[in-house]
Amino acid sequence: MAISKEEVLHVARLARLALTEDEVERLTEELDAILDAVGIVGELDLADVPPTSHPLDLVNVWDEDEPRESLSLDEVFANAPARDGDLFRVPPTA
Amino acid sequence: MTWEPVIGLEIHVQLKTRTKMFCRCAAGFGAGENTQTCPVCLGFPGALPVVNRRAVEWAVLLGLALGCEIPGQAVFSRKNYFYPDLPKGYQISQYDLPSCVNGNMILPTASGDRVIGIVRAHLEEDAAKTVHVGGRSGRIGGADVSLVDYNRGGTPLVEIVTAPDLRSADEAKRFLQLLRQTIVELGLSDAEMEKGTLRVDANVSVRPSGSDELRTRTEIKNMNSFNFIARGIEAEVERQVAVWEAGGEVRQETYDFDAASGTLTARRAKEAADDYRYFLPESPAARIRRIEPALDLERATVLVTGGLDRLWDETVAAGADGVAAANVIANALVGAGVEIDAVAPAELARLVEARDRIPRAALDEAIVKLAEPGFSADPYVAQEAVSDTSELEPIVDAILAANPGQVGAYRGGKEGLLGYFVGQVMKETQGRANARVVSELVRSKLEL
Repeated sequence: MAISKEEVLHVARLARLALTEDEVERLTEELDAILDAVGIVGELDLADVPPTSHPLDLVNVWDEDEPRESLSLDEVFANAPARDGDLFRVPPTA
Repeated sequence: MTWEPVIGLEIHVQLKTRTKMFCRCAAGFGAGENTQTCPVCLGFPGALPVVNRRAVEWAVLLGLALGCEIPGQAVFSRKNYFYPDLPKGYQISQYDLPSCVNGNMILPTASGDRVIGIVRAHLEEDAAKTVHVGGRSGRIGGADVSLVDYNRGGTPLVEIVTAPDLRSADEAKRFLQLLRQTIVELGLSDAEMEKGTLRVDANVSVRPSGSDELRTRTEIKNMNSFNFIARGIEAEVERQVAVWEAGGEVRQETYDFDAASGTLTARRAKEAADDYRYFLPESPAARIRRIEPALDLERATVLVTGGLDRLWDETVAAGADGVAAANVIANALVGAGVEIDAVAPAELARLVEARDRIPRAALDEAIVKLAEPGFSADPYVAQEAVSDTSELEPIVDAILAANPGQVGAYRGGKEGLLGYFVGQVMKETQGRANARVVSELVRSKLEL
């Protein structure tokens, strides 16, 4: 196995995702398959190949420093689980 | 003994661009909470960050002012950590390819110019502002909830890292004042510590004056004025000197400086939040630490620095004993010049498992052929070494009889000669004898 159930639970906890038993089982299998697929790259001799930082050969794609409109507060909080005035309310940190 | 402080600084400068680092939300203070946010700086799935051209230009400008080399290519990486002030679950930062490297700043002092090395200066995005409310004591640790304003999240920062070239709290303070002046004159930032647009962490260690060793360092955070920085460093230098002089050991820790009391408080480890990971290969040092518990530091280091640890990982995963696998890989495989990357771990694991029971000659031959395409351990692990003492005893007797000088020397205390006798028996049996059995046999006969 490329990933254990414990690792899936650890990452889920870090990302504050509440997963059911079934989801943990399913995600462990799916992530395992994904990691195995990505692991195929490891079979190649890439000693002389520089790491890919971007799949396309693009450099210096940038914007001028000109402000554009931000989202409305309704849009900002549309998916927020908890709101306190105009602030996001989250579980206590630290 | 007199002590010399060794100080390096990490300085974050918030650039005063009009917009954020990776989106065109307005940057800056004073707007209503969360009104300067968008799918990019809120970390909505699928949002695409686009670099702020001016921020890049300014970072390069600052780098040039600090005498840095500006590499032809700079790359942004993901620095993963999970904390609500970072909605994506990672900070976009430059990691192995920063915009500016290898600079220095001249610091004029009474005893002449000092050259303070600049290791690097890189671009990254700032975190959001988190307010902690509720809680029994009002302290952060006791907060009932945290409230987040993402307006600051995504604002461009330049992080400047100095070499550990500063030698006193006063020198660190004067260096920072000079650096701040440089930044302000270039027009890149207000660089005001009270407002948080200039933030400084100090890495501090001490060593006996005149030595060039680097001892364990600690990090001091939360110093929000030049004077507090000097006082914080002084307090930490004093603390460390006292620890060393009392025969103790300075531990690697992070301290918060409390300006009101002038004291340092060790930070409790933020569980999970500091689970930093770049999506980059695990570093050699981290790999040594990871595999060390199954082995020991020496073996772990040999494997990692020899480029052998991946094969070891996979061989152990295939069921081999860790120490035995390490020994076989680091000694036998390397000694035989086996092409490590071509070895099939599962087959190697079978050899490691069988190593004590198959003839030495079979093991040696198998190891030489391990990297051949389609290698199978089958024919080798099927062989049984000669362990029958009635068959081995006459051979051992003959060897001992033929070497009276060595026998005498062994009995006189040169026990290292055991290997010589075993080797002779192996030679005589063309490697078919079980080395452990031979060894026991020789020893029992010599100790008669």
